[in-house]
Amino acid sequence: MNAEERYTPLNWPDHPETQTLEGKNKFLGFWLFLAGETVLFASLFATYLALKDSVPDSSHPLAKDLFNLPLVFAMTMILLTSSITSVYAIYHMRNYHFKKMQAWFVITVLLGAGFLALEIYEFTHYVHEYHFTFGSSAFSSAYYTLVGTHGAHVTFGLCWIIALLVRNAKRGLNLYNAPKYYVASLYWHFIDVVWVFIFTVVYLIGKVG
Amino acid sequence: MNMENEQVKNPNLRAHHDYRRKKSAKEMQVQVVTFALMIFLTIVAFIAVGIGDFSVKFIIPFILLLAVIQVGFQLYYFMHASQKGHELPMFFMYSAVIIAFVTVLAFVTIIWW
Amino acid sequence: MSSVAVKKGLGASVWEYLTTVDHKKIAHLYLGTGGFFFLLGGIEALFIRIQLMKPNNNFVSEQLFNEIMTMHGTTMIFLAAMPILFAFMNAVVPIQIGARDVAFPFLNALGFWLFFFGGVFLNLSWFLGGAPDAGWTSYASLSLRSEGHGIDFYTLGLQISGFGTLISGINFLATIINMRAPGMSFMRMPLFTWTTFIASALILLAFPPLTIGVFLLMFDRLFGSNFFDVTMGGNTIIWEHFFWIFGHPEVYILVLPAFGIFSEIIPTFSRKRLFGYSSMVFATVLIGFLGFMVWAHHMFTTGLGNVANAIFAIATMAIAVPTGIKIFNWLLTMWGGSIKITVPMLYALGFIPSFVIGGVTGVMQAVAPLDYQLHDTYFIVAHFHYVIIGGVVFGILAATHFYWPKMFGTKLSEKMGYVTFTLFFIGFHCTFFIQHFLGLMGMPRRVATFLPGQGLELGNLISSIGAILMAVAVIILLFNVVITSIRNKKVGADPWEDGRTMEWAIASPPPFYNFKQTPLVRGLDTWWLEKMEGKKELTPAEPLGDIHMPNNSIIPFFISLGLFVAAFGAMYNPLNSVGDGKSWGLPVLIIGLGITFGSMLIRSLRDDFGYHIHKEDLLEDDKGGKVG
Repeated sequence: MNAEERYTPLNWPDHPETQTLEGKNKFLGFWLFLAGETVLFASLFATYLALKDSVPDSSHPLAKDLFNLPLVFAMTMILLTSSITSVYAIYHMRNYHFKKMQAWFVITVLLGAGFLALEIYEFTHYVHEYHFTFGSSAFSSAYYTLVGTHGAHVTFGLCWIIALLVRNAKRGLNLYNAPKYYVASLYWHFIDVVWVFIFTVVYLIGKVG
Repeated sequence: MNMENEQVKNPNLRAHHDYRRKKSAKEMQVQVVTFALMIFLTIVAFIAVGIGDFSVKFIIPFILLLAVIQVGFQLYYFMHASQKGHELPMFFMYSAVIIAFVTVLAFVTIIWW
Repeated sequence: MSSVAVKKGLGASVWEYLTTVDHKKIAHLYLGTGGFFFLLGGIEALFIRIQLMKPNNNFVSEQLFNEIMTMHGTTMIFLAAMPILFAFMNAVVPIQIGARDVAFPFLNALGFWLFFFGGVFLNLSWFLGGAPDAGWTSYASLSLRSEGHGIDFYTLGLQISGFGTLISGINFLATIINMRAPGMSFMRMPLFTWTTFIASALILLAFPPLTIGVFLLMFDRLFGSNFFDVTMGGNTIIWEHFFWIFGHPEVYILVLPAFGIFSEIIPTFSRKRLFGYSSMVFATVLIGFLGFMVWAHHMFTTGLGNVANAIFAIATMAIAVPTGIKIFNWLLTMWGGSIKITVPMLYALGFIPSFVIGGVTGVMQAVAPLDYQLHDTYFIVAHFHYVIIGGVVFGILAATHFYWPKMFGTKLSEKMGYVTFTLFFIGFHCTFFIQHFLGLMGMPRRVATFLPGQGLELGNLISSIGAILMAVAVIILLFNVVITSIRNKKVGADPWEDGRTMEWAIASPPPFYNFKQTPLVRGLDTWWLEKMEGKKELTPAEPLGDIHMPNNSIIPFFISLGLFVAAFGAMYNPLNSVGDGKSWGLPVLIIGLGITFGSMLIRSLRDDFGYHIHKEDLLEDDKGGKVG
């Protein structure tokens, strides 16, 4: 099957992302990568849980002093919504509606950017108001590494999706790039999976104590 | 490729296409319902903590359970893990989850005691 | 693609190797680079043994000894053993499963170049202020205080190499799952492919904790974080946990492919199929799984408490069981077989008792109370060298002889191979057997010298003489390689005459597309099956057609080079703990990352569909003309 062939909505295959060997490999390879990322983030969570509230003296803020639940709630809603918008994008991909797919990915990117903006605001707020920096204490190092690594993954994901949108704007959908969009959306969902654990373990449990 | 020729040669193609559109649309409805449930679970978790009246021993397992359920929705619906062809990926994911669990367990027990 | 043979100049050959995505050429790269680092690690070992030849020796200073000892371990494990095993996995596994390449040829090349630049970066430490000096385990309390940049070379170099390993692990998993030839179910895969599969799964799951641990150490030393600083709320045992959650599976990542190699060699030279195939597969899976549950047996003396110690002690003893199953299966394969003592078979015969000795001392150490006596003594050093050399190094030397024809088209001299084996085997036992007793007598490990009058002189002297024997053996092996390459006497597809698996059915070395037609797999030991039915070739599973091949690319080289450059920037950034931060640190870090991400972007923005070999050229190849 020639990956560059042009299709119509009628003869576009059911699962375009795994029609070619290349697509099957990308699909499997990416799930394997996500398994590795699971252990990676678990290690970061383990470090955070071990060092939570571990500060040199009482002048340093603890979890319950710092975290702002309404802000985190807003960030969570935004990221969760961006997950469903990417599901819509893949739905349109499966139906061979290139422009609609692109549009939903653009919305996903905008929501993701909104999440990042709030997170940057959150970090600068901690630094300025509480002098809670990367090097303040073991607790702060662990917090910024865990949440910052997630933020870095979000950033990378945005760059990835934008690159796909730009690159394929004139090419349209075909069996060569369908797996790429599918895999990018899997990545985006995974980022939300990690965030669910972050808002639960870091922020909610942080407030509860 | 001439679309009319295609349809004449393959009347099944149109039928299959229509069937697939309907199936996709139904799946999409399931996804939207899943999304609504995830929002609901998130709100419940935040409210449970916000109220502040519950004991720590109850709240922490409760919100962790809510998180696990929400992640299950994300994996099995948004990421299509419930569909066929995902057996090996899920095997590796569960292996990773076991290792992840053992790591976290070690770090919350034998680091500081 | 030209279908006429073209004599290539040196420049063209170098460019070919810089840009290749062909698993067979990547195997050459891994073998050569890994072999070079093996020699480096061996010289470091020799220096250790010369220093310890007599008490109060001053062949090297204490600081230099610490650096040599650290680099010996780090080099041997990360830069020699793993890459050489990857060489054989690359050379053999795709052909064993009837595939034309791995799932991600581009990433395969990237994995190699990341390893290469990581290894080079680590070894530049010798010239730039001193090598790391806190042991290959680099425990956080000591390594945080290490003066100079040695430890930074360690963290940054290993991180870069580690990415390469992780990528290659995913690659082999996807290859083995998705690209087996028709008819090859999982239970018809050769054992070397099975062990590669499980080892790759271990890589996928064990390297992320190392990645995190090394990042934490890097951040503490280079960017001012406080993970391991007790005064700021940190905890140094976090490092130990991460290191060993990685480190224990790591030794199984090393030994399982070696087991796989022996599982190919022993049936081949017993002319008898592997005994208990299913139980071998099951044992490999069990070893892989249990390998993740035993890591704290490296930490019995850190104060984890009796409950934790007991759990890990039992798990450690349990892991001896599947390994024992394998040993019995190998013995029963040989029993009643028609044994041919070739050099690979000699290594297999040497492996069994040597590895078992190492294994039983491991079970001794699993007994936590005894480990309080043995920990940090030469007994431990003796144990792990017995399993690593007896298992992994013997496996590597065996595979070098066994797969040399398949990789290079020539055959290493058997006579010289016998001499290498004999000297190496005697030297190995000389060096390490006595170390069990040195340890029991109380000699600590990692000491730069020891005092006279404590009964340690004779043991250390014998140990050092053994090292010299091993060095001579390796020199003879090098000589063997050189002579064989000069003589350049070509061999056929099945030079050992008793090949059982599909790699022995195609030319030595194989054509760059491996199989003209994807083979049909009709059972276990596919090639043996066809041979026993009188066939001269594998049964094809498809008609002759165009073959799709991937293009070469220089981009993996540049992605890796970018990280190499960025590492220098990170090391000399103004926030580092050594205090010699430079103003160019941050810009260089950004430029390096820019090269890496820029190269990735270039790769993504361009279309690369590969190229096709046409059917007509394949037919011509049959008639003797050269394709490409």
